[in-house]
Amino acid sequence: MTSALVTRRSVLAGTGALVVSFSSISRALTQTLDTGQREKPPLPGSLKENPFLDSWIRIEADGRITIFTGKAELGQGIKTALLQVAAEQLDVPLASLKLITADTSQTANEGFTAGSHSMQDSGTAILHAAAQARAILVVEAAKRLGVTEETLKTKSGAVIAADGRKLGYGELVSENFLHLEAQPQSPLKDPASFTVMGKSTPRVDIPAKVTGGAAYVQDMRLPGMVHARVVRPPSYSASLTNVDTAGAEKLPGVIKILRDGNFLAVVAEREFQAIKAMRALSAAAQWAQKPSLPKQSELPATVMALPSQDTAIIDRRQEGIVAAKKLEATCTRPYQAHGSIGPSCAVAVWNEESMTIWTHTQGVYPDRQAIAQMLRLPPEKVRCIHVEGSGCYGHNGADDAAADAALIARSLPGRPVRVQWMREQEHAWEPFGPAMVTKVSAALDEAGDIADWDYAVWSNTHSTRPGGAGSLLAAQHMAEPFALPAPKPIPQPEGGGDRNAIPLYHLPSARVMHHFLPAMPVRVSALRSLGAYMNVFSIESFMDELAEAAGRDPVEFRLKHLDDVRARDVVMLASERFGWDSFQRRLGRGCGFAFARYKNLAAYCAIAAEVEVERETGRARLVRAVAAVDSGQTVNPDGVINQVEGAILQSASWTLYESVGFDDTRITSIDWSTYPILRFDAVPASVDVHIIDRPGQPFLGTGETGQGPAAAAIANAVANATGKRFRDLPLTRQRIKNVIGV
Amino acid sequence: MKLKVNGSEYEIDADPDTPLLYVLRNDLALNGAKFGCGLGQCGACTVMVDGKAIFSCLTPMLVVEGKEITTVEGLGSIDNPGPLQRAFIEEQAAQCGYCIAGMIMRAQALLQKNPDASDAEVRAALEPNLCRCGTHMRILRAVRRAADLMRTAAHGSERRAP
Repeated sequence: MTSALVTRRSVLAGTGALVVSFSSISRALTQTLDTGQREKPPLPGSLKENPFLDSWIRIEADGRITIFTGKAELGQGIKTALLQVAAEQLDVPLASLKLITADTSQTANEGFTAGSHSMQDSGTAILHAAAQARAILVVEAAKRLGVTEETLKTKSGAVIAADGRKLGYGELVSENFLHLEAQPQSPLKDPASFTVMGKSTPRVDIPAKVTGGAAYVQDMRLPGMVHARVVRPPSYSASLTNVDTAGAEKLPGVIKILRDGNFLAVVAEREFQAIKAMRALSAAAQWAQKPSLPKQSELPATVMALPSQDTAIIDRRQEGIVAAKKLEATCTRPYQAHGSIGPSCAVAVWNEESMTIWTHTQGVYPDRQAIAQMLRLPPEKVRCIHVEGSGCYGHNGADDAAADAALIARSLPGRPVRVQWMREQEHAWEPFGPAMVTKVSAALDEAGDIADWDYAVWSNTHSTRPGGAGSLLAAQHMAEPFALPAPKPIPQPEGGGDRNAIPLYHLPSARVMHHFLPAMPVRVSALRSLGAYMNVFSIESFMDELAEAAGRDPVEFRLKHLDDVRARDVVMLASERFGWDSFQRRLGRGCGFAFARYKNLAAYCAIAAEVEVERETGRARLVRAVAAVDSGQTVNPDGVINQVEGAILQSASWTLYESVGFDDTRITSIDWSTYPILRFDAVPASVDVHIIDRPGQPFLGTGETGQGPAAAAIANAVANATGKRFRDLPLTRQRIKNVIGV
Repeated sequence: MKLKVNGSEYEIDADPDTPLLYVLRNDLALNGAKFGCGLGQCGACTVMVDGKAIFSCLTPMLVVEGKEITTVEGLGSIDNPGPLQRAFIEEQAAQCGYCIAGMIMRAQALLQKNPDASDAEVRAALEPNLCRCGTHMRILRAVRRAADLMRTAAHGSERRAP
């Protein structure tokens, strides 16, 4: 402790001029604020929780620069975007930068990589840290060169004087050079001068991924590594009554069979040996089960009948509304799966004192806390390192696989243990996106404007993520189990089940109720966009119904109720690029429109869709989609386009095909034949994404903004094509055929 | 048992019923073929055997003895990517990328047999392979681009030939 203090003091003393100069920068920066003594404004992005610049950027004496982020690459392209931000603000070539992502021993604690927060949190922190680091380097160079800061330029990792003298960044740094607290404001570059930010940049991770490079946790092969498989219970209610392990123990390569309550696992030298032993063990295991699941055919009624905690998230209904017309609707959504193509995987090693886990978790720190609690270890004895997995789209089996690996590894000190979930385990045990019900009623006035709006949503929590051990399957299944912590609603303005339940439209009188349902008959958690998918589907479907009742065009009707200029801009752009006004509806072909701003505070997204419906089969197919998106300052335009294209196709799959199946005891949708998703025969002819760039504006999270609008645009197009409204997700061919079939 | 993978012969010491996928991944340390379902439902494990795309998760090692096995590693490297790999990089046709090696191998098998495959034929050929990120539009574009690259290369070598 003392030595750290001394070091810090000596550093400050040793670089006294630098500290003074840095203060002078910050003074200059804060001159834009009111004069006088007042509290500092909050630091930008994740600098709030991790204010030291060297939590984000370290510069070595040889000029090497490392960028640190607590966020993780999930296939969303965050590595590339963060490197672009750093390269731009530091004035260094992107390829020269090294990036360290989520690792409890190396990076800041930025919670989860979720909620489209990475650019807002980490991107903003790195933006400011890099700009401030560059300014500090300039100050140091000015001192060394005996010139004023204004005469200096930075380029390619060096500070350059007007006379051509040049000092590389490495030459300017000393030990702990950037161990300084960030200032609230930064000398950010003028967006007009950007050469990296705002320019489409090839993703740094793609070349390895298409050539068989080691890209995923599944690809790890540590010396002495063994392969484990877990025998999961056949259902949520199952408890292990008996298992004769003798047969499995005799199989070739089997090293260990581990039983801890309902947790049953096998370890073998080779992977296929582990699979064979898992099958033998599974056949030998006897489980007691009881029916605990609701009737799938009565799911909406079951959801509505669960005890609820009711909150009016807005309540400004006015008395005495004179309604010319009143409409109402009820929409439903089933449980839906993340369905990662690669089942969850983790590698762990226990060295008698500490545990190291390589995991594709979205939150290395919360996962560490949960696993440490499960193993009854202090958190500092557990290290979680993020390594990419297959795309997760939210809370899938990643954390559970990490816990499995840790629990098994502890019984085999010194041997790295790789746990790979099987397909049916991922499908049956991942926490699903919750089933939901929404009800909406609204009144139109004489002019055809919305006069009153009353909306309600019924939903479970949308996060049972770790933090506590009880979130982990292994911990729930142990002989001394940990209970799942009581679920809590995620508060507004982000919301969980009520995410995007408040429309962005101008509503003179409105009430929105959130009926939070603590009881969870089926395991649930965060699925990309949480409740926003269902709420935007419901609201935007209903907007079309209101437009029709008002005798207005759906796009015109939305614009009439939108005040936000940026919202209007995406709506107008999507409509124009789609050719909305000239679209010729014909039998079996329709168009639909939808809009939302994710969480009412992240990216804006409007989508127009063209859909074809086969009357004979009821099959609906997305033919064409056009999106307009405003993510604030765009960092990697092609990255944004890739994310929104993906959102549209994934949401199309959810919306047209997907629901988790179950009987009274167990999940029955356990593979791709029982849980069908979009295949190439149903891929649209074209998907076009147009970006409205807002140079210099804050980053607005983009990863989830398309989920809701895509669903509603498709549903509205189906309604347009068939003349019938479908309010129950998914819009399967059976449901459509039942209504319109010939 | 001997396996011929990406042009080289390997002596493999594993149970003959071991699916090819595990031999490729664990015995030969090739990352390209991925475990996705073990059921032949998703295509993440797709490799080529004698020019045909197969599910390596369902194919026991013993039935491919003596045959030409090609994985994505056999099409090129990070420094010298093959036409499909190059096209996937140029089109930025990946999000998480987990399905992509399988997509590439299925496309390779198609384009080797039918260099002028139509869009409809490409879609039909890729039907067994699943992508969950929704990268389908880019995958289709990349396959089209690769077909062009391969055709150009073929014409080029024809012209150079005496």
